[in-house]
Amino acid sequence: MAEVDLIIIGAGPAGMSTAAVAARGGLQVLMLDEQPQPGGQIYRNVAQNRAKRGFLGQAYAAGVDLVDALDHPGITHVAGATVWRLDKGPQVTWSRGGKSQTTSAAHVLLATGAQERPAPFPGWTLPGVMPAGAAQILMKTAGMLPKDAVLAGSGPLLYLIAAQMIDAGSPPQTLVETQTFTQMLGATPHLPRALFGLPTLLKGLGLIAKIRKAAVPRYTAASGFHATATESGKIQFSFRAKGRAQSLTCGLLLTHQGVIPGTHITRAAGIAHEWNAAQGAFQPQHDLWGETDQPGLHVAGDGAGIGGAEAAAAAGELAALNILCQSGRISSDTRNQRAAHARAALFRARAIRPFLDAAYPPPAEILAPTDETIVCRCEEVSAGAVRQAIGEGAQGHRQIKTSLRCGMGPCQGRMCDATLRGLLSEGRANRPISPPRARSPIKPIALGELAALSFPQEEPA
Amino acid sequence: MNVASRFRTLPETGESVQFTLDGVPATAPAGVTVAAALVAHTGAWTRQTAQGAPRTAYCMMGVCFDCLVEVDGTPNTQACMTLLGDGMTVRRQTGLRNLNGGHDG
Repeated sequence: MAEVDLIIIGAGPAGMSTAAVAARGGLQVLMLDEQPQPGGQIYRNVAQNRAKRGFLGQAYAAGVDLVDALDHPGITHVAGATVWRLDKGPQVTWSRGGKSQTTSAAHVLLATGAQERPAPFPGWTLPGVMPAGAAQILMKTAGMLPKDAVLAGSGPLLYLIAAQMIDAGSPPQTLVETQTFTQMLGATPHLPRALFGLPTLLKGLGLIAKIRKAAVPRYTAASGFHATATESGKIQFSFRAKGRAQSLTCGLLLTHQGVIPGTHITRAAGIAHEWNAAQGAFQPQHDLWGETDQPGLHVAGDGAGIGGAEAAAAAGELAALNILCQSGRISSDTRNQRAAHARAALFRARAIRPFLDAAYPPPAEILAPTDETIVCRCEEVSAGAVRQAIGEGAQGHRQIKTSLRCGMGPCQGRMCDATLRGLLSEGRANRPISPPRARSPIKPIALGELAALSFPQEEPA
Repeated sequence: MNVASRFRTLPETGESVQFTLDGVPATAPAGVTVAAALVAHTGAWTRQTAQGAPRTAYCMMGVCFDCLVEVDGTPNTQACMTLLGDGMTVRRQTGLRNLNGGHDG
């Protein structure tokens, strides 16, 4: 017997939107989220920033509506809850404050969002090098502004963060972008479709105009990233651009190469995954409602394939309508009628994505870095060691993990799986590579916490 | 090594909390994570790997585990997932950890 109608894992735009629609439809919703406040990473701390930190911009501030809609008697939001296991049933096992418990539900929505694509290059492990999105989290949650920072990489988030830093009075020292003119040219056939998302396109152009106006120096088609630490702890960042070697000294090197779905929980749940070639990432397979091949499990938002916050909210609404229909709360006709608005919103929100994916692809040197580069941050395994293991016959993530411990540390492969795939696919583009296995516990927990629980016998994999 | 913070904290009004880092008193705004307080306090490492490489908080969202520190005696705590409490004792971790989270020497 299910204890609640719907468990939502993740309180970002997809999870929040699903919760509101499902609760208004009469379902009892339990929303579990790791962070102290709802919002996900994109709307992190948005309700606390209501009347302050205006430099974060209007698109960010708009997320407060989704948070406010959680104020419904049908929704129980639990902050600081880490889900580490998902069993058939479905049953969700989660940890909070050092104690774990299992809750069953008729339906589970997995809305665990995205993480920044690991961007390895020599020196990326040094204090002073961090993802641009991480610096943005500090801006949102602590009012901390990067000092003397270089923004390096590519993608729309790089421009957004640069603009936010400018508005906050702490502009980036330099922008070092990896996308090339050829890639931008190759993306132009996607522009007509992107016009369906015209406001997003204009917003992007506005960000670039702001960066130009602030006279932030920009390099494009940059390659050969390399960082070292100086005596005083500053970062010496070297790269190639404009046909020659460049070098910048900065306090902080903020990198970004787009985002990829966080798929540990969807993989551990046994959902089939597919390779999204345009986005260079695995994603769980799902239908137009977010329903997966596993009974009772829906997915929505960036964790199901990168589409951004507006797409996530629309997808969450669709998943909620389907779950309401399966729960007998609405007919399929009503579901289909009510879905029209969300479908249109989803189409508009996704319209710009093929252009962005083609214009700002991660460079080859990030996907399969030079031999000296650390690939697995936890176990300190270099790309050279991985290449050697592959040369000696290691096939797939699992064999590399067994031979090198690559992916065996506390992050459980979150920081190296994507790079391993890049290294595995070098020189054998046509060979399919399976997504790596993920197993419970999908986040580390203390042995004592595990021992305090009892589980049904697991079927052998 | 003393390295100045790589961030400037906006002068926002609000309460502040006291904590210690390796016994040295420090202050941070109330409501921030331990990781935010650490990188606001220092630009230097907050963890050394098994091979002795310097690391500090990296992803700030619970993904990378590079921010592991000892908080109030509990080792391997994710600083970015822990809200800073008044009077917290934070210690940096060095080298290979054993099963109890401490290390052998």
